Amino acid sequence: MEIISTLFIAKAVFIVAVFAVTLGVAAYSTYFERKVAAFMQDRVGPDRAGPFGILQPLADAVKMFMKEDFIPTNSNKWLFIAGPCLSMLTALMTSAVVPFGDKLEIGGGATIDLQGIDVNIGILWVFGIVSLGVYGILIGGWASNNKYSLIGAIRAASQNISYELAMGMSIIAILMLSGSLSTKTIVEAQQNGHWNILYQPLGFLIFLVCAFAECNRTPFDLPECETELIGGYHTEYSSMKLGFYLFAEYINMFISGAVMATLYFGGYDYLGNSWVAEHWGENVATLIGVGALIGKALFFVFVFMWVRWTLPRFRYDQLMNLGWTILIPLAMFNVVLTGFSIISGWLMIVSWVGVALLLVAIIVYDSVTYKKKKVAVN
Amino acid sequence: MQFWYFLTALTLLSALMVVLSKNPIHSVLYLVFTFFCISGHYVLLNAQFLMAVNIIVYAGAIMVLFLFVIMMLDLRRNMPDSKSNLTKLAGAILGGTLLVILVAVMRKTQFPQFSQMGGKFDTQTGMVENLGQVLFRDYLLPFELVSILFFVAMVGAVMLGKREAGERNF
Repeated sequence: MEIISTLFIAKAVFIVAVFAVTLGVAAYSTYFERKVAAFMQDRVGPDRAGPFGILQPLADAVKMFMKEDFIPTNSNKWLFIAGPCLSMLTALMTSAVVPFGDKLEIGGGATIDLQGIDVNIGILWVFGIVSLGVYGILIGGWASNNKYSLIGAIRAASQNISYELAMGMSIIAILMLSGSLSTKTIVEAQQNGHWNILYQPLGFLIFLVCAFAECNRTPFDLPECETELIGGYHTEYSSMKLGFYLFAEYINMFISGAVMATLYFGGYDYLGNSWVAEHWGENVATLIGVGALIGKALFFVFVFMWVRWTLPRFRYDQLMNLGWTILIPLAMFNVVLTGFSIISGWLMIVSWVGVALLLVAIIVYDSVTYKKKKVAVN
Repeated sequence: MQFWYFLTALTLLSALMVVLSKNPIHSVLYLVFTFFCISGHYVLLNAQFLMAVNIIVYAGAIMVLFLFVIMMLDLRRNMPDSKSNLTKLAGAILGGTLLVILVAVMRKTQFPQFSQMGGKFDTQTGMVENLGQVLFRDYLLPFELVSILFFVAMVGAVMLGKREAGERNF
């Protein structure tokens, strides 16, 4: 009984800590987004609130809360309020199955897994919540009773549905390697440097592109394309309701970074894991592992920002073309390639050679068709 | 057990609201909620894989498309003329027949008693590993036939949605 109540409290503390870290990272992502943008455009960025502008997220939050909360007259009031709530809810639910660390020993001989729940369908849970993420945007956009909002919402929905397919296919290749849907098992199979990125270079690339599209980040931020749609699905939103929409996007970025680290970069695995466990104790090793996972997730958040300030936005037909005619066939090719590599037994060699062959085939095909075009012009 | 009653009441209530609500968007949202409640029942039966697939396929994909179409059509403006009494009667008869069939099937079915199963049951039956074993060993041929059926349906949908030469879809 004693141990059970200790475990319960420890788990509760852990879940609260995960929420706190997620929200804190999301808040400071807004600051780093502006700092990264400023660095890339040779500016200073926010530097007024506190040293180096470190209090800027706080100031933004105060501003958001103080603004007038406006609900349009002809809108559907309840759905208008439900939109941002659903966005936040689905953004926060994914972190339940991400394994943030190995076992941690707490007093009294009890150990807890640093993971919300270890269910045997972990990765399907992530996939399901991601597919629900579109409801917040769709409902909010429709309830605003504004055609630009509606167009933004519909763009978001069709974009998410299109890219989910390729994302699921790239996850299937991971499942073939690990033989389990549990995120914990997937991470444990990658310990000691056997990271999935080494066996799944093409799968990771597909997953990364799909993650950009699912988070509605540039170059796939068509749902909030200012030049065509004013503000996209959140045109009519103001005050903290708008804040929640923007916040949900940053939470999604962090969580998708954590999921990518879990699936492809060994989760909480890091170099010298066993050495640390031997010399400094298991708990220290576990805590460094937690730091490693969060570090990897933060690196992906940086990649999201890096791409945002580097690449311009796609056109909508280009986006659909990329999703349906390039990423899905590539993902199918990746599944077949993974099957071949598992049968042959040389996992790493076959997967990299396969990617190289694909590249060569594309280049050859491209040069052949290019010559034909040239002849036609002449 | 109490939780089961609560969940069932919630399921029935939201399923009723699908039929009763005037606004088609509300209907779709209640339907999504009904799917969530059914997923809750799957969790109570320890069938987590079915729960996840139910959410991904129905709530995540099909309902999004429903919502999508209803929003695009703007049914509030293009409301069809209110149904005549004949249609209502036909609908009631059809629904009633389905209900009779379901009740008859329920009464015919012999549910194995707990004592007949040797006083114990396998809690792991609904897990994804066991489901895969059953699907790919005992029911391999039906499974593959269903996949071919799906493939045919998919090709048909693509053929229907394909743009004819010279036709503009927008």
